[in-house]
Amino acid sequence: MTLCLFAVCIVSSALLAAVYAVTKEPIEAAEHAKTISAISQVVPEFEGDPVSDTIEVAGKKYPYYQVSKDGKPVGYAITSSASGYSGRVTLMVGITADRVIYNTTVLSQAETPGLGAKCTEPEFADQFKKWNPAEKVLKVKKDGGDVDAITASTITSRAYSLAVETAVAVFDSIMSGNAPDIEAASGATPECSGEEAENQETK
Amino acid sequence: MGKFQLITKGLIKENPTFVLLLGMCPTLATTTSAINGMSMGLATLFVLVLSNMAISATAPYIPDKVRIPAYIVIIAAFVTILQFIMQAFTPDIYKTLGLFIPLIVVNCIVLGRAEAFANKNSVVDSACDGIGIGIGFTFALTLLGLVREILGAGSAFGFKFISGDGILVFVLAPGAFMALAYLIVLFKKVTAKKGE
Repeated sequence: MTLCLFAVCIVSSALLAAVYAVTKEPIEAAEHAKTISAISQVVPEFEGDPVSDTIEVAGKKYPYYQVSKDGKPVGYAITSSASGYSGRVTLMVGITADRVIYNTTVLSQAETPGLGAKCTEPEFADQFKKWNPAEKVLKVKKDGGDVDAITASTITSRAYSLAVETAVAVFDSIMSGNAPDIEAASGATPECSGEEAENQETK
Repeated sequence: MGKFQLITKGLIKENPTFVLLLGMCPTLATTTSAINGMSMGLATLFVLVLSNMAISATAPYIPDKVRIPAYIVIIAAFVTILQFIMQAFTPDIYKTLGLFIPLIVVNCIVLGRAEAFANKNSVVDSACDGIGIGIGFTFALTLLGLVREILGAGSAFGFKFISGDGILVFVLAPGAFMALAYLIVLFKKVTAKKGE
């Protein structure tokens, strides 16, 4: 009886090991392709491979990629995240060397389909293109900033803005080479107790 | 029962979603759009056919006392294989369904078919049963996903036909229950007429 169960387990794990060995490379290739495509979406044209690195800001590690053209760094693709309505919203934020956001893209999110999930659509995400954090405030309009929130999804919009703000803070640390004390970099969760629906009239 | 009947009974007479009411967790959770529902259905179909065949082939050698753990190990192995394959070759679908793929292991349809059919029938019959039930499940999930997508987002299979939003509640959890309930009523009505 035990022997039988043992045999079933052995055969199953052998099968799994075989499939794992076969699919390992395609999985890695798919992951890599995903990263590269995300990077090239958020930074200007570059040459060669992006240089990956990590920086610690306020006790948290942020992976980022530096891209160069003609030997000069032209942009940084920074991964940052913030708590949304349902799990974390993780973004790749591209910032050019002159501290202007080039573009943003969502790496992963589990927001409500039809509401918060709209943060992946250009209608919302495109407002961050060419965004200069020195001129415009990265907060939703309801909180006194300049970000147009998604209707009925203020929490997601806040998370998105916060993640972008965090990326700007990370960018500043990369530039100065040290970690200044920036509130946004602590990855603080926007304080919201209500439901998304309560913000129906927000616009 | 012929092979063809084995396949068709899963579609209507023993439809896992509308008649047997099995596997409600993935049914309600993944059907936010027609594509998602269909992918989940096909993933379950894949696991169901393979696990039915494997269990039917090994059933005579597995003592009764340890059959459930043995089935779970076999099903889990196939689910993990499916997960690797999806991760490697269909990363986009994996991204949306990723969370629910491991849950196929505890989908009662898969274990239910193993226990009710595969362990006392031949490998070929079990495969047919798996295909039938799998297609029935895929059909049900696609239909439910389509209804929810049309009402909730105003699109079908990703093609939008109205501007703006639909009735958002249908994309959310309560809408899943409502849409499913009405589809079951409709299904019962249609099949009852046929039976008489």
